[in-house]
Amino acid sequence: MNTANPALATRAAPGRLARQWHTLRYVVGENPLSAISAGLFVGFVLLALFGPWLAPHDPLASHVGEPLSPPSMAHWFGTDALGRDILSRVIIATRLDLGIAVAAVALSFVIGGLMGAFAGYFGGWFDRVSTRVSDTIMAFPLFVLAMGIVAALGNTVANIVLATAIINLPFYLRVARAEVRVRREAGFVEAARLAGNGELRVLFYHLIPNVMPPMMVQISLNMGWAILNAAGLSFIGLGVRPPEAEWGIMVAEGAQYIVSGEWWIALFPGLVLMLAVFCFNLLGDSLRDLIDPRRRT
Amino acid sequence: MFQAIIKRLVGALPALFGVIVVTFILTRALPGDPAAYFAGPAGSQEAIEEVRAKLGLDRSLPEQFVLYLRDLARGDWGYSLTTGQPVLTELAERLPASLELTLVGLVLAVIIAIPLGVLAATRPGSWIDHLCRGITTAGVSLPTFFTGLLLAYVFYFLLGWAPSPLGRLDPYTTAPDFVTGFYLIDSLLAGDGETFVAAASQLALPAITLALFVLAPLARMTRASMLGVLSADFIRTARASGLHPFKVLFTYAFRNALLPVLTTLGMVFSFLLGSNVLVEKVFAWPGIGSFAIEALVASDYAPVQGFVLAMALLYVLLNLLIDVAYGLVDPRARLEA
Repeated sequence: MNTANPALATRAAPGRLARQWHTLRYVVGENPLSAISAGLFVGFVLLALFGPWLAPHDPLASHVGEPLSPPSMAHWFGTDALGRDILSRVIIATRLDLGIAVAAVALSFVIGGLMGAFAGYFGGWFDRVSTRVSDTIMAFPLFVLAMGIVAALGNTVANIVLATAIINLPFYLRVARAEVRVRREAGFVEAARLAGNGELRVLFYHLIPNVMPPMMVQISLNMGWAILNAAGLSFIGLGVRPPEAEWGIMVAEGAQYIVSGEWWIALFPGLVLMLAVFCFNLLGDSLRDLIDPRRRT
Repeated sequence: MFQAIIKRLVGALPALFGVIVVTFILTRALPGDPAAYFAGPAGSQEAIEEVRAKLGLDRSLPEQFVLYLRDLARGDWGYSLTTGQPVLTELAERLPASLELTLVGLVLAVIIAIPLGVLAATRPGSWIDHLCRGITTAGVSLPTFFTGLLLAYVFYFLLGWAPSPLGRLDPYTTAPDFVTGFYLIDSLLAGDGETFVAAASQLALPAITLALFVLAPLARMTRASMLGVLSADFIRTARASGLHPFKVLFTYAFRNALLPVLTTLGMVFSFLLGSNVLVEKVFAWPGIGSFAIEALVASDYAPVQGFVLAMALLYVLLNLLIDVAYGLVDPRARLEA
């Protein structure tokens, strides 16, 4: 996973890295889509980082071209009703879309992970309360709960992040709790305790590092879904406000033109959104195959 | 058996209570002061105080919660500011449209996903296995609102096969008499073939959109659990005893493989009810989802809260049904109870 050059890997640490390289090549070889999705992922990260320099036009400037003109050499993705360049808007939107998803997933990873680890390690009332909280969240259709949260807290991007984080919380909490629980009485934990480590130290230095791999898998499986959720929320008019460029809102703007045949306004942002989610899902599957082959379906 | 069902009913109570507590918290988390909001921008200080007392906002939170429970039980879910109607009436009027769409979408998905999963599991590594893998990975990546638009563009604008993607019936057809609220069933009951075809053709695209999205988890789970069961010892024994392959596959393997699929249905319903909202918006489907979106845009909060609560209650109910079905299918679950 950590190096792309087999010769270098073998020289640096013969054995372990070579073996990892071998596994990586096995996983990629069995499913060549993993390599494609890794390439796509790098592409999306670059777009998110350098979008403002890559976009050919100002994403907010209207009348860059003739309004509602189909894709052409001057405007690869065409222009929308205000004559804004769709390619530029799609590029600029990458940062916002990925940003929302990354922030939401990070939030639920940290909070859900810590809650789950404490619940799994200490048990008792905290375990009962946190399990109850996560069960209650799961008792809602998750997208509907996110709608309700944003409607109640106010229609802002920060609340979209918060809502997406809340609906993802149970997944992290459950994984962390289960993984910590099975290791709580393991030999190495007992040894750490006998060596005089305090409970918190055992939890943070000996258990949490060990539950990281399954948590990472959870993150990668979750990212695509988080992007989809955030885009869905802005599609129905929550969070991001026009004229800001965001994939979901751009599809919504293009929706009214699709019945009259102006397909490009909704198609390109929708396609890029789909590609991004697809890429994250594929990467998640590959990462899971690599780290935790038992969960493979 | 009866006892088992009662036990599951009782088991659903904590979820029900949790759902009501959360919706209560959401109603109290309205931006700003709800009393000032409901009194309107011209409301004087006295008017605001009056509204506050009327809404019970001057009492303690537990007291407010009890009042909230009482209102819910009496069917008072607040009023929609835009239509002036009670929220519960509005929701009840639109619920059949949403349910019809959701159920047809689910049935379509099940009809395609289960045979696909079974075929993929019986022929691992074949083209159908790869097809299944491709569909399941692509399926969960599809933004439903985008696939809906794409289908509408291709089948309405380009090919002209589907009617215009607006609502449950075209403007020239009148709705069938209300019996169940499901146009497909009502038109059949009325013996009106024309209306049935009209309703079915309006329903086709949104239902396919929903089905495409939930097909993926179903097919994936069917394939995985079929693969697991097919490699079990009892299947080998059945085969070795010379049973007909069909009997092995369907009587022995499939019935056992169905249990995990039934469990995933819970997650599938969560997806289904969520994406239902998006599909309703795309196809201007007059269900509770588009009602909630209209209210959201108009900053009309009572319908949104009513919608969230209704959806959550529906979801708890569906999960309960799945639990009961599980008990019916799996004798072990019955014994435990």
